[in-house]
Amino acid sequence: MIDRRIAIAVTILALLAVPYAITEVYYVNIASQILLYAIFALGLNVLVGYAGLVSLGHAGLFGVASYAVASLLAAGHGHAIAILAALAIGLVVTAGFAALSLRATGISFIMITLALGEILWGLAYRWISVTNGDNGVNVATRPMPFGIALTAARSFYDATLIVFLVAVAATAIFVRSPFGAALCGTRDQPRRMNALGYHVWMIRFGAFMFSGLLTSIAGILFVYYNQFISPQALQLNASAEALLMVISGGAGTLLGPVVGAGLVVIMKNVVSAYIERWNFMLGAIFVAIVVFMPEGLVPGAVRLSRSAWRAMSRAKTAVAPVAGRKP
Amino acid sequence: MTFWLLLTVNSVTFGGLLFLLSAGFSLIFGLMRIPNLTHGSMFMIGAYLGTTFLSGALGFTLNFWLAAIISALEVAVLGALMERLLLRRLAGQQLAQVLVTLGVSFMVADLCLMGWGGDPISVATPAGLGGFVRLGAAVFPLYRLAIIAIASVFAVALWLMLERTRLGAMIRAGVDDPQMARVVGIRVSQLFTVVFALGAALAAFAGMIGAPILSVYPGLDQDMLPLALVVVILGGTGSLIGSFVGSIIIGFIYNFGQALVPELAYFILFLPMVLVLVLRPQGLFGGQVL
Repeated sequence: MIDRRIAIAVTILALLAVPYAITEVYYVNIASQILLYAIFALGLNVLVGYAGLVSLGHAGLFGVASYAVASLLAAGHGHAIAILAALAIGLVVTAGFAALSLRATGISFIMITLALGEILWGLAYRWISVTNGDNGVNVATRPMPFGIALTAARSFYDATLIVFLVAVAATAIFVRSPFGAALCGTRDQPRRMNALGYHVWMIRFGAFMFSGLLTSIAGILFVYYNQFISPQALQLNASAEALLMVISGGAGTLLGPVVGAGLVVIMKNVVSAYIERWNFMLGAIFVAIVVFMPEGLVPGAVRLSRSAWRAMSRAKTAVAPVAGRKP
Repeated sequence: MTFWLLLTVNSVTFGGLLFLLSAGFSLIFGLMRIPNLTHGSMFMIGAYLGTTFLSGALGFTLNFWLAAIISALEVAVLGALMERLLLRRLAGQQLAQVLVTLGVSFMVADLCLMGWGGDPISVATPAGLGGFVRLGAAVFPLYRLAIIAIASVFAVALWLMLERTRLGAMIRAGVDDPQMARVVGIRVSQLFTVVFALGAALAAFAGMIGAPILSVYPGLDQDMLPLALVVVILGGTGSLIGSFVGSIIIGFIYNFGQALVPELAYFILFLPMVLVLVLRPQGLFGGQVL
């Protein structure tokens, strides 16, 4: 236990030291991006990893929060109101999203979330009087919590880091709570959980709301990071990128998505610097991961067959030490 | 009045295109239990290949219909290859299969952007169908009526195929209960390839005959795929009649929406989906092939 605390403290110190170790603004910004996408991936992983529900519409929820902040600021509201209202709007939209998509599970769930996500994208793209269409919405300033300006890359990184650490802690508490255990139960044995008296739908709904909360927080950080939001952020590619973060890092592990976010963001920036074809790479990586190392990466597929289940438990022991290296 | 009539014709036309797109999507879903997320890509490749045959960039120029048929056949081969080489390796793992189709759709979109560039390509209405039909005060573009006719012919042909032929009976058996179908000696995995190729061909054909109306542009795949998804959610997976009815409904809602509330046209597609999901989650015709 003491070892664990030391590991956590060392990691936090290391993360705090990042802007001092790499002074170039470009790299500090990439570190901020990794952290904010990690929050997004943590949120998606609650559904994909712990609830066994693969969503392909999360970029829509992410974008709703971003647009809410941008629109409220453009309407002349202050940062505090914009952020709180964006969280509230994000949660309301998440509730609607969840209520509809949880009519199904498994593959149909993917299809419904995909359709809902695309509809949100269509709204961002075409509802020009609110979203300014393809031109997007600019955000002139970043907030100043406690009088600290976040304009510099370094201070923005610090703020993102604080939010990130809170998000990781909250996720850890969430998945280790009795609710989290019940959630894993609904993933593995929904009918048995139902017979035991658990309200499977409510548990899934609660998980969806928590996932939506983290996703909205990431969306708010994203709009402040870029100081701009356009419909691109809601595209299917964005949902797929987030899913790639989750499954490449290891769905259903606490820190797998964080590692995955790091991998995907770094890869995206490196690839984009040399060749234009990030989308091709994204697709190719998806296919490669799924075809060549499907076991252990995708818990939903595991539910579908017992043999794959055994492969998963083998893979889990292989993945666990990697995830365990961080706190 | 004329405005509404024209809008109605446009809606049915678009519904016809959607039917060609979603019939294959729905059959693939019914049989293989996966949404084929490359279906929008098939639509787009069909259109791009067709425009290439028309443009003469290959040293020859094909007639519009020949171009549509040949590009449909080519895409059918692509679909069959994809099913054989990628999806077959993941047999039984539906989630992995869905993710593979998603990955391939990104690769296809990027390859099309590389091959055909980012500018929209407009396609001329095929010869002989550029005119108008006059019915009283109303004037209808002939080509749109032709699309309705083609879609109707395909609907009847697909229905006959499923209802009357041996292949159709095998597909119905496979949709109904794949394990029992295997037990009685139907090669279900072979059916997968056939249905996948058929669905791809229908989508590609729809892409080409839709090109004079929609034009061809990067992102066409992402515009069409959600429509196919909504049609199938509405009509019920694996159901031909469901995709027919769903397509007409979505054709109407989308076109009327675009004419009346252009900014929210995409959003109001959401309404029938909400109603169906709340009242009848299996879709209007879920569980019935025909």
